[in-house]
Amino acid sequence: MNAVARHIHPGWAIVAPLLVLVVALYLGPILNIMWLSVTDPEPGLGNYRKLYESDSLLRIVWTTLRICVITTIFSVSLGYSIAYAMVHCHLRQKNYMLTLLLVSFWISILVRTFSWLMLLGRNGLVNNTFETLGLISAPIAFMRNELGVLIGMVHYMIPYAVLPLLVSMQSLDSRVMDASRNLGASGSQTFWRIYLPLTLPGIVASTLLVFILSLGFYVTPAVLGGGKVLMVAEYISVQLLVTLKWGTAAMLAALMLAGVLAMLWIMSRFMKLSAVFGGSTR
Amino acid sequence: MADAFSGGSLRIEGVSKYFGAFRAVNEVELEIRRGEFLTLLGPSGSGKTTLLMMIAGFLDITSGDIALDGTSIANVPAEKRNFGMVFQGYALFPHMTVRDNIGYALSVRKRAEGEIRARVDEMLELVQLQDFATRKPGQLSGGQQQRVALARALCFAPPVLLLDEPLGALDKKLRVEVQEQLKDIHRRVGTTFIYVTHDQEEALSMSDRIVIMRDGAIEQVGSPQELYERPATRFAASFLGKSNFVQQNGAVFALRPEKIDIHLGTGHPQARRRGTIASITYFGSMQRIIVETTQAEQIEVDIDVWRNRQALHEGETVELSWQDEAAVELNES
Repeated sequence: MNAVARHIHPGWAIVAPLLVLVVALYLGPILNIMWLSVTDPEPGLGNYRKLYESDSLLRIVWTTLRICVITTIFSVSLGYSIAYAMVHCHLRQKNYMLTLLLVSFWISILVRTFSWLMLLGRNGLVNNTFETLGLISAPIAFMRNELGVLIGMVHYMIPYAVLPLLVSMQSLDSRVMDASRNLGASGSQTFWRIYLPLTLPGIVASTLLVFILSLGFYVTPAVLGGGKVLMVAEYISVQLLVTLKWGTAAMLAALMLAGVLAMLWIMSRFMKLSAVFGGSTR
Repeated sequence: MADAFSGGSLRIEGVSKYFGAFRAVNEVELEIRRGEFLTLLGPSGSGKTTLLMMIAGFLDITSGDIALDGTSIANVPAEKRNFGMVFQGYALFPHMTVRDNIGYALSVRKRAEGEIRARVDEMLELVQLQDFATRKPGQLSGGQQQRVALARALCFAPPVLLLDEPLGALDKKLRVEVQEQLKDIHRRVGTTFIYVTHDQEEALSMSDRIVIMRDGAIEQVGSPQELYERPATRFAASFLGKSNFVQQNGAVFALRPEKIDIHLGTGHPQARRRGTIASITYFGSMQRIIVETTQAEQIEVDIDVWRNRQALHEGETVELSWQDEAAVELNES
């Protein structure tokens, strides 16, 4: 046996085929996209320069960021209330709530998006009812604008926001809250000084999850935005399928990847990511 | 000084607690004196923790009343009762430093920064953790965490301190050490301590008075000596220390193993039982001998190894004797 082989743990033999598969099927295409972004249509940073030069491109990136931030804020705060209610109600009610949450989690995004059109569109249930009742004279524009996209995205994201928060709240020792009360803290003092800080890892996890997923949203903005709200994912698809500017598409994809990695890196500087994703906090 | 300690007296009047149809605590009457160290002792399921939680205000009482210094507190919520509490497993705030943990009660009462600082310093000194003020609970040993919990509970000078099996998580050697410290702190602060445990040694060595609980009711109350020397029931006699139960003139008597003398051979003038040695177990300072008597009883005898250097062997015939006052008549109902 040579010196190198002796230092390699035999466990690698089991992991190696998977590792090769991941590298080949995952890392390979990603590198290919990066490569495309600097070689198509011609070698150089021309695709990236477009970010400065093209107003429309910049606007799309800005719209995407704005929608993702607003979606994340609403999803996580609504998700926090839902998770809180689930942890603190009776087991029966909790199971009902969990079922409802998972049902909405499992329903196809297309179905959910079109349901919103039926409900809130110009001739949707809500506008029709209000008009019949004489509450409004013209339909309210819920859909085919940014509001529509936000409603659809927040609705879609709430289960993703709830699940990490639920895990984090369930793992709390309720005696710690009892101790806070026993020491004279009011309910709101206990919440702000004990409960919220202790569920912070859950908040960070659910924020990251929702934000990262929102970045790549395609169906909801396309349908509920009515062509007026263009986000990065939809633009990439147009570049790929319609205008065939693969270089621009690859550049935007690389940009999003870099953005996500940068966020993870920034978060890792404030807290241990292993704690955020359910590892030990010690 | 901002917070001078002064113990409170508690009166528990006919308190019961039902969980649905299950009766966890049954008509408990108890007077807890100012500044005393009172232990609620009982096996798990005896209602001792439920009673403590009702005193703390975490559980409503189904019927009866609890009064502090003559004023009913039955309807006062836990956060307004001002009782300190050391929780099972300590329940420290993991995201706060030791200093912030201890100062929490004063900080939520919006006391001045400097006052809190001075008071926390005092508490750190009381539990000898001056060097650990900036650590987080996760960086402390079990015994240190236990002391932080104690300091946190005492920081606002509560009239009553409730302790829910505070030594349960510590190993045996450390437990004895912490018992000493607890007793010492109790002497120094003068707060009324109500201590819940299922460990009879802890109860005996620390308490002014012990309440033995069984099935949600009080079995017997008394000082450690009273309870050990004069147990009223079979349960009290066997839960606190070990006991033999012997029939004499139609009554049942409790007889502590160490109060029996053992004599090799037959014909001892004071002999009350004759039998053979079934087993001998050596514990260093003492030997536990189980004697099978001619009346088909198994009697345990503890003998001091140094003062009783007879050579005893299994299967030998022995006689047992004891003084009249060693056997305590029980109320058998």
